[in-house]
Amino acid sequence: MIAYARRAFIVLWKDWLIERRSKSSLNAVVFFALILLFLFQFALGPDRERLHAALPGLLWLGFVLAGLLGLGGVFLVERDNDCWEGLLLAPGDKSAIYVGKLAANLVLMTLVEAVILALFGVFYGIDLYAVLAPLAAVVVLGTIGIAAVGTLFGAMTAQVRSRELLFPVLLLPMQVPVLLATVSATEVVLAGRPLAEAAAWLTLLAVADTVYLAIGLLTFEFVFDA
Amino acid sequence: MPDRSPRVILGWLAGLALLAGLGAGFGYAPREDIQGNVQRIMYLHVPAVLTAYLAFVVTLVASAAYLGTKRLGWDRLAAGAAELGVLFMGITLLSGSIWGKPTWGTWWTWDARLTSTAVLFLVYVGYLLLRAAVEEPERRARYAAVVGILAAANIPIVHFSVKWWRALHQPSTILGPQPAPIAPSIKLALFVNVIAFALLFVYLLTSRVEVARLEEEAAR
Repeated sequence: MIAYARRAFIVLWKDWLIERRSKSSLNAVVFFALILLFLFQFALGPDRERLHAALPGLLWLGFVLAGLLGLGGVFLVERDNDCWEGLLLAPGDKSAIYVGKLAANLVLMTLVEAVILALFGVFYGIDLYAVLAPLAAVVVLGTIGIAAVGTLFGAMTAQVRSRELLFPVLLLPMQVPVLLATVSATEVVLAGRPLAEAAAWLTLLAVADTVYLAIGLLTFEFVFDA
Repeated sequence: MPDRSPRVILGWLAGLALLAGLGAGFGYAPREDIQGNVQRIMYLHVPAVLTAYLAFVVTLVASAAYLGTKRLGWDRLAAGAAELGVLFMGITLLSGSIWGKPTWGTWWTWDARLTSTAVLFLVYVGYLLLRAAVEEPERRARYAAVVGILAAANIPIVHFSVKWWRALHQPSTILGPQPAPIAPSIKLALFVNVIAFALLFVYLLTSRVEVARLEEEAAR
């Protein structure tokens, strides 16, 4: 168990180091998020009422689109310099690699989401500080769901041609429940209503996360191959 | 070819059952009082959606069996069933749309059942696209099996999320299916068509699996 956790942590640490030193993914994704914010504004016009009504949806659209860019690439780094073979040769249960990669994805996505949230606060004038704790709960639950499936599909599509197209086509329809739940719960939170009103959605998210994680852990060994 | 004849018989059975279904739907079943003849789309619509769900269950079971045994036969079964599932889901969506226009006054509405059907359709189209993108049979089978299992596990999650999404947005949809009791003759006609579709599904599935097997044999 300790060896398993250690192996997962090594993968996480390695990815974190690569990202910290190259900043290849983080820089681009944060900038992409900024562009998205501007595009949303242009698409919906300057009407404040309308923007505020659409805010939860826009926020999660931003998270999902930024997540697509980040998640798709997390296994691509392994294709250079035969790193893929190195990972394959790692001893023990292959699902430890899944856990490590998933953790790396979660760290990366959470960072990007924090930046997006801050930008949303600034550009659309919402008081995030007041709703930070319940909002964080929704964001974490939603992000786990997206990352759990995204990491699994990322390992799969890294080896497949027309990957850039296939990854979103596989991931997005699968994530419709997560999107519906998070957007609805965010709506409740941003309106300043108590989190208990979104209890059904949070339960659904927790169940979905559990199912996705369980399938990810069990099937990763079939996906991760030479 | 010794294994051909049972399938031919099955094909004939499916054809006859479909003819009986047509007869039951257009001849035996009465004209519905409120909707008129349009209601007869149900004899296509309902069997199609039931068959599609049956197909997805077959895909799930065959996918799990493939990962357990690594025998490509299971993969061919999973793939054939998924193709047919998408086909029957497509028929469901199309016929539902045609039915919706005269009765609801619109081709499409974001009703819970419509939405979840459309989402599942897209999920399994993704499954087929993945299969088309991977060349090596063994790797394709593994990847597809994982997606096949995940997609099936997602069905109840999609179902509940979409149901609550509609429930929370508007109190009660007037477009929902009427809880009115179903007339025995309509029920019987529907039953005949469901059986006919199930036979058609088994016939098409066995044929598709056989074709896939011959394709692999030829490629070798």
